[in-house]
Amino acid sequence: MSSLEKRQEYRALFKQNVQKRLIVDKIVRIIIISCVIAAIIPLGSILFEVFKNGIAAISIEFLTEIPGSVGSGTGGVGPAIQGTLIVVGLASLIGVPIGVMSGIFLSEYGDNRLARSVRFFNDVFMEFPSIVLGIFAFLVIVLVLGHFSVWAGAFALSLIMFPIVARTTEESLKMVPITYREAGTALGLRKWVVTMRIVIAAAKEGMVTGVMLAVARIGGETAPLIMTILGSSLFFANMNTPMDALPLRIWRLSMLPYESAQLQGWGAALVLIFIILGINLGVRTLVLHKKETMQILKTLKEKVGGKN
Amino acid sequence: MEKVFSKKNDRKFDPDKIFKMGAVVAGCFVLVVIVLLVFQLITQSYPIWEENGLSFIIGTDWNAADGRESFGALPYIVGTLVTSALAMAIGVPLSIGIAMFISDAPKKIGAPLGFLVELLAAVPSIIYGLWGLYVFREFFMNSVEKPLHNTFGDSIWLFSGTPFGLDIFTASIILAIMIIPTVSSVAREVMKAVPQQQKEAAYMLGATKWEMFKLAIFPYSKTGLIGASILGLGRAVGETMAVTMLIGNATGLNAIPGSLFDPSQTMSSIIANEFVEASPAGLHLPALIGVALVLLGIAMVINVIAHLLVTRMLKVKEGAINT
Repeated sequence: MSSLEKRQEYRALFKQNVQKRLIVDKIVRIIIISCVIAAIIPLGSILFEVFKNGIAAISIEFLTEIPGSVGSGTGGVGPAIQGTLIVVGLASLIGVPIGVMSGIFLSEYGDNRLARSVRFFNDVFMEFPSIVLGIFAFLVIVLVLGHFSVWAGAFALSLIMFPIVARTTEESLKMVPITYREAGTALGLRKWVVTMRIVIAAAKEGMVTGVMLAVARIGGETAPLIMTILGSSLFFANMNTPMDALPLRIWRLSMLPYESAQLQGWGAALVLIFIILGINLGVRTLVLHKKETMQILKTLKEKVGGKN
Repeated sequence: MEKVFSKKNDRKFDPDKIFKMGAVVAGCFVLVVIVLLVFQLITQSYPIWEENGLSFIIGTDWNAADGRESFGALPYIVGTLVTSALAMAIGVPLSIGIAMFISDAPKKIGAPLGFLVELLAAVPSIIYGLWGLYVFREFFMNSVEKPLHNTFGDSIWLFSGTPFGLDIFTASIILAIMIIPTVSSVAREVMKAVPQQQKEAAYMLGATKWEMFKLAIFPYSKTGLIGASILGLGRAVGETMAVTMLIGNATGLNAIPGSLFDPSQTMSSIIANEFVEASPAGLHLPALIGVALVLLGIAMVINVIAHLLVTRMLKVKEGAINT
């Protein structure tokens, strides 16, 4: 009898134990799901507010004209859009070749000590605060020339860009099977021909993805532009005068105490987010199924921590 | 045949060598830039170190007016550390929760969700700032800060300041939101790197899902998770625009926060606010560059540690899968 009682006692204890653990499990699950919701809400709210407030400001005039007098609520962000396109374009002109060549170095000549340290410092450099890069561009270009310069802004942005391009290029080149290179070499081609004509041709999709994501990243940079191109209310005149850019314009507008400026700020934010999320969504949906692209995104996640 | 071969070998102009040289030069560009950058920051901030010495780091005065110039960076260092620490305290648990959910959810839910969280990373800092300033600030001030202040304001010093919405609390929350994508996506990769056998073994012992995380995943991925968090810390330390717009931009002694509801200033925000007005002739510009040097030093140390931890973890993964 006593053993039966004991058995019942154990059974009750067991039940209790399992129940307790299941309840803890459920609580944890609820906490985790609320974590996810807590992260999605800000994203939803940001997109919603930018679209809701921004769409009211958008008009042909807003997109093409120079800003009106302060607080009047007239005019637009034409120079800012133009400036963003110019500075990002120039930055890509500097950053992409360096990044691609550096990626080729890491992937094709990357089996040595130098390459390992380059890879490491490349990853560390990617995480440098962008404002420090802006100061660097200020010191070596603006201070030397004695005036604000579009080149300084482009240089600062290219410094943000090239490590990203280098890493993504490296990853996509590494995805190309070694047999491609061997086939090229067997045909008697020189290594640089093999690399430029065969390997890059096979890897170009991943490389383009990396470049586009880098462009999206620098398009939204504000801090390094403050001390390099300064901001302006006029359209681009020459390389040696201050120029406007969308993030700078948003910052200026947000500091003004007028409702109308606030509205214009939202409008500019909508244009900016349209460009940047457009690039991101485009790249991800158009080429997402490709193996190389998945690898790129994964590298970006590991190395750039999802920031792009 | 002889002739062809010798012709090829004797050629002085070897495109392969030039190509390789180009690649090596481009690869070394990053090293050159880092060295030049640090060198420039040191030489250009030299006047302030010469004038103040180490008291630049521990001083609290900040006055750029002519004749009464005095610069101490301590308040901004404190501001950066406090906001980043708060952002970590809020953001890291959230991110690990998200990573747990995504790493464990079926692919149909996990993939789009991961994608959404990564979109958070694509939103530019300035737009976080704008949203924080016009949307989040008001909501947060009225429905979180004021109730907290009214209930605990007298008893707990943390909540004693006047809630105004432009303070370290708001800035830290925005920072926390901004580091979520970084931390959660790295944490996810790290958790995925845990070998399937470990998880199965835990389940086989009768573990619930939570117990499986506790038994199998956390011990295995501890290093990587710490690395992910530190990576987030590195990002928070360097973040500029959103913080500049929300932290209230106090200077000097006022920038040392007395409570969660006090305005402050971080190293990056003082640079963003004052850099353009600073004259290179006086000490103001060298002081700001000195701040940048300190910021870079802190960010670099944090990132090197994080990278070492994360790569070590992900290397373990490869080994574990192969064996």
